[in-house]
Amino acid sequence: MATRGFSGRGRGTGAEQPGRLPPGQFLTADFPVLSAGPTPHIAREDWGFTLQVGPRKIKSWSWGDFVRLPIAKVTPDIHCVTKWSKFDTNWEGVSIQDLLADAALEPPTAFTLAHSYDGYSTNVPVKDLLGGRGMIAIAYDGKPIAAEHGGPARLLVPHLYFWKSAKWVKALQFTERDEAGFWELRGYHMYGDPWREQRYTNDP
Amino acid sequence: MTLDTSVTPARWQEAVIERIMPQTPRVISVFLRTRLEPHVAGQHVDVRLTAPDGYQAQRSYSIASAAGSDGIELAVERLEDGEVSSFFHEVARPGDTIEVRGPIGGHFVWRLEDGGPIVLIAGGSGIVPLMAIVRSWSAAQSKTPVLLIYSARTWEELIFRDELLSAQAHQSALAFIATTTRGPRHRPEDFDRRLDRALLREVLAHWARSPRHVYVCGSNVFVEAVTSSLVLETVPPGLIRTERFGGEN
Repeated sequence: MATRGFSGRGRGTGAEQPGRLPPGQFLTADFPVLSAGPTPHIAREDWGFTLQVGPRKIKSWSWGDFVRLPIAKVTPDIHCVTKWSKFDTNWEGVSIQDLLADAALEPPTAFTLAHSYDGYSTNVPVKDLLGGRGMIAIAYDGKPIAAEHGGPARLLVPHLYFWKSAKWVKALQFTERDEAGFWELRGYHMYGDPWREQRYTNDP
Repeated sequence: MTLDTSVTPARWQEAVIERIMPQTPRVISVFLRTRLEPHVAGQHVDVRLTAPDGYQAQRSYSIASAAGSDGIELAVERLEDGEVSSFFHEVARPGDTIEVRGPIGGHFVWRLEDGGPIVLIAGGSGIVPLMAIVRSWSAAQSKTPVLLIYSARTWEELIFRDELLSAQAHQSALAFIATTTRGPRHRPEDFDRRLDRALLREVLAHWARSPRHVYVCGSNVFVEAVTSSLVLETVPPGLIRTERFGGEN
């Protein structure tokens, strides 16, 4: 059903590359910010990252330890559930598989929860983190990640809606079951695939 | 915190534009008749427009109406090159049908039972979801103290200004402070500068209550500045909920 008088004349750069913009998204050159609360400012010397299985700590890294791990570069498109997408974003960080290798840990379950310094959490299946699909990013556009964008470090899972890429990340916890995180408890989809437009709880 | 896991925005449905009303030089209210489930103050809806060739555009709009109202009011700001906002400003008229789904959102919301005192801080069109809170609070004749600090460029650009002035005149539990960044203030209690830390400190000290809930909505720059100031003024970060506009909407 067409909307009377709507031509979509504003459709822009994203529409010129069919197949690159997921349904319902529009392209932006900006980098909008979305957070549930105030931006926490965490100094690098206070930052740490912990790998957990349930309540059990497997390994922790300080910032100094962390940046000595293998650093990968990726240039994904990112898609926010609030409808903006941004193409060719430049990130550097440690892939989840390299992190697991450094901890000598085989994934013990199929699910994870990422935890952040502000109390935020989000769930991501293990298969979506391995094979170079997920990383702990520590640089954006060749520079440290700004606090409002999640610095010192954020999870990056660019093939899912961007709320899954938890800012101010401090821990990755393997869980027995697929446990809902912050937004997933508040009306948002458990998985969040932009290509299937899984925005809200009951989306297919 | 109560979590509403029954949020079921589900499928797109038709909504009829009942009325379009100018609010400020750049903002109109769009009143929709829908069959959506009743909303909670602070929630939004997604709006979808379809071109004859099948191209679709979606945007999210906060609901300005009181919780549970019949029909919903959206406030739409005219944006440069905004394909959806220009449709509402230039093309849409009463009787037109659009698609909506929602209501959506389980974080930036306030229910009567959440109580207060409540601090609401809005920049520009960030007033919209906060207006839903003020209206819900007002409709329930709640005695919970509410402080609303609203920043806009000029007195003329304060959306819902007259309704807020009237609400304040009739309800002593509501304190409404305006600050205008590019025009003079109109009342002694108002300000005519950026909402900085000193301004916040002064207003909060005068209000003299400890907030239980703080809601901040506006552009990212606005929200970032306000929430940093609040935290420096020792408002616990865990009480502060934010909603930020992206670069475009």
